[in-house]
Amino acid sequence: MSATIAARTSPAGPPSPRARIEDLATRHRSSAIVVGMLIIAVGLIVLPKIPPLSLIDREDPWYDTFANAGVYILLAMGLNVVVGLAGLLDLGYAAFFAIGSYTYAYSNSPFAGTDFPFLPMLLVGASVAAVFGIALGAPTLRLRGDYLAIMTLGFGEIVPIVFLNLDTWTLGTNGIGGIYRPDPLPLIGEFTPLTPFAYFILMVGIVTVAMILLYRMQDSRIGRAWNAIREDELAAAANGINTVTTKLLAFAIGATTAGLAGVFNASKLTIVSPEQFGFAVSFIVLAMVILGGMGNIWGVAVGAFIVYEIQVQGFKQLNKVVEGLAIPVLKDVNFTDYQYLLFGGALVLMMLFRPEGLFPSQRRRRELHIAEELAGPADDEIDVAAGAAMAGSLGATPGSGEDQPG
Amino acid sequence: MSDEHVLEAHRVTKRFGGLVAVHAVDFTIPDRSIVSLIGPNGAGKTTFFNIIAGIYDPTDGRIDFRGSTMIAHARRAWLEPFVWLLIPVIVGILTAVVGALGAPGGVIAIGLFATIIVLLVTLVTGVARGPAYQRFLRRLGIFRSARPNDMVVAGLGRTFQNIRLFPNMTARENVLVGMHSRLAASWIDALLSTRRNRAEEERARKRAEELLTLVGLKGTGDQLAKNLPYGDQRRLEIARAIGSDPVLLLLDEPTAGMNPNETAGLTALIGRLRAELGLTILLIEHDMKVVMGISDRVTVLDHGEKIAEGTPDEIRRDPKVIEAYLGAPPV
Repeated sequence: MSATIAARTSPAGPPSPRARIEDLATRHRSSAIVVGMLIIAVGLIVLPKIPPLSLIDREDPWYDTFANAGVYILLAMGLNVVVGLAGLLDLGYAAFFAIGSYTYAYSNSPFAGTDFPFLPMLLVGASVAAVFGIALGAPTLRLRGDYLAIMTLGFGEIVPIVFLNLDTWTLGTNGIGGIYRPDPLPLIGEFTPLTPFAYFILMVGIVTVAMILLYRMQDSRIGRAWNAIREDELAAAANGINTVTTKLLAFAIGATTAGLAGVFNASKLTIVSPEQFGFAVSFIVLAMVILGGMGNIWGVAVGAFIVYEIQVQGFKQLNKVVEGLAIPVLKDVNFTDYQYLLFGGALVLMMLFRPEGLFPSQRRRRELHIAEELAGPADDEIDVAAGAAMAGSLGATPGSGEDQPG
Repeated sequence: MSDEHVLEAHRVTKRFGGLVAVHAVDFTIPDRSIVSLIGPNGAGKTTFFNIIAGIYDPTDGRIDFRGSTMIAHARRAWLEPFVWLLIPVIVGILTAVVGALGAPGGVIAIGLFATIIVLLVTLVTGVARGPAYQRFLRRLGIFRSARPNDMVVAGLGRTFQNIRLFPNMTARENVLVGMHSRLAASWIDALLSTRRNRAEEERARKRAEELLTLVGLKGTGDQLAKNLPYGDQRRLEIARAIGSDPVLLLLDEPTAGMNPNETAGLTALIGRLRAELGLTILLIEHDMKVVMGISDRVTVLDHGEKIAEGTPDEIRRDPKVIEAYLGAPPV
């Protein structure tokens, strides 16, 4: 794809260095991801040691938030497969996160009485979530658009409620506590509450692997089929794509990634309880995908990181700054309480001014900014209308999110 | 079910509520021929097309494609859920029996686990409706019409009356999607980026380039489908349809909205598709010059019924056809 861009932006003369790097990164995708993640990891290790971050907090709490942000990066990358690539709106994505977390809780806690090694459990948690993804998807994926969204919304509500009410097996509201942390790993060291750095390094590894695999899926024949389904499902079927299995695969891969995130989350928090997996999680992850740029794996990951850091650190700092400045009414406002209002507002603004997200995929940019493209054939106006309608329908999601209590 | 006919339709009927869109149409397409389907607007041509392509189920009648019945009214479909439940129930009962005989808890747990997994596997198999699964159902006397993607796998390619390309994908990607059913790389190949996967992608890209050249779109591979001129979009849709190496190509009004020059070019292309790829072509067309120029046989539909069939010359002289198009002569 980048080769295309290079060709278009500079029809004559040698391609620009940026285009050449993009082209190279496309051809050696996996190596590029490893290099990119290494650079980012080094950056994140250094960043808390220098101002301004070093002024806000010590290093370890920063590494802690980075590791937690990784959970949301995984969730956002997984949801991106379902929503951004295959075009299936999933409003109950937190359910798979919950299933992954509870899987780990059921195998590595005093409640279960067993303690399995962590890395295999990552795969087990991911597989269990995938099984639930398939079980949910198989009977329902012939639904389209709004109906599928409502169904996933229902599933997202059912799962935490089941965990809440089956208190003989799930300990209800209290949740399952005392979950064992991962065993020490070579090169990384021990995992204790006092060593968030180890979790951070582990998370970088998991995100790197997940990203490589997701990019491979996206670039394959199956990624193309997802795109085709998103563009025109009937035409996709008439060209030999088994739409049901292809959508099911997207659903299963999304669930798998959420399962990974769940296992990591449970092993780090050492407690799982139903209220960690409410609609707010599904909503915030969807917001991350939209803000980051649907369909662009890197964009979504960066979007998730930014949103999470704003959520846990940004609002706190905003409170401090506003209090320090002693602005009359604002100094009494706790911004953390209004985070969903602010996110909702941000999404509405985003849809109005930059509907393709902060870091759009090439494809989305083309879809939503048709006026800037070369004058196309007659159906351009229809496409603009469709784009606006889509922006409107996505804009409605944060609207409903606003009234959600946190 | 003769070999020389690619497709045979037997008394195909489609009712939408009270409206009979297609009524008891018998129809055959000889191998390597170009057959046209004509008729006034609303005659049921596109409905008939959609039945062949597996989009609509016929109310009655059946369609044999390449010697096997692909499309007919569903038979004993109610049995299918029971087939799905059969194996999981057997495993479940076995578990219960073993439990009753006093087996240790571990065995029962494994049995329950196996039941769930088997249930899931059957569910996915049933939903995916692979060829093996369909053959298995047929052996049990359960019949369901092929879905559009099954028809493509069986060797049918089609275009749409109002172009349905994937507008935000490039021309090359559109053709590659058309080749989807002929590529073998599974999701595991994709995840592991196996050599087989990469080699296949490489070959597929080369083939896509060839197909684009064949339809006269050389060098447009990187352009977005929606940015192509109208005539080229029609050609791209044909390239996408033949990407699946079909035996029978259905073209729904391929020259609609084209100027005489483009029409002549496309007519020549259709002729070349038969000559070079050995395709059999079924055409819906309003432009009589095209129909009469390239068809071996012409079938005329009116109000859902077949009113005439024959060579272009016979059709031109057929009083019924003239009446359908121009109205009855005054008495």
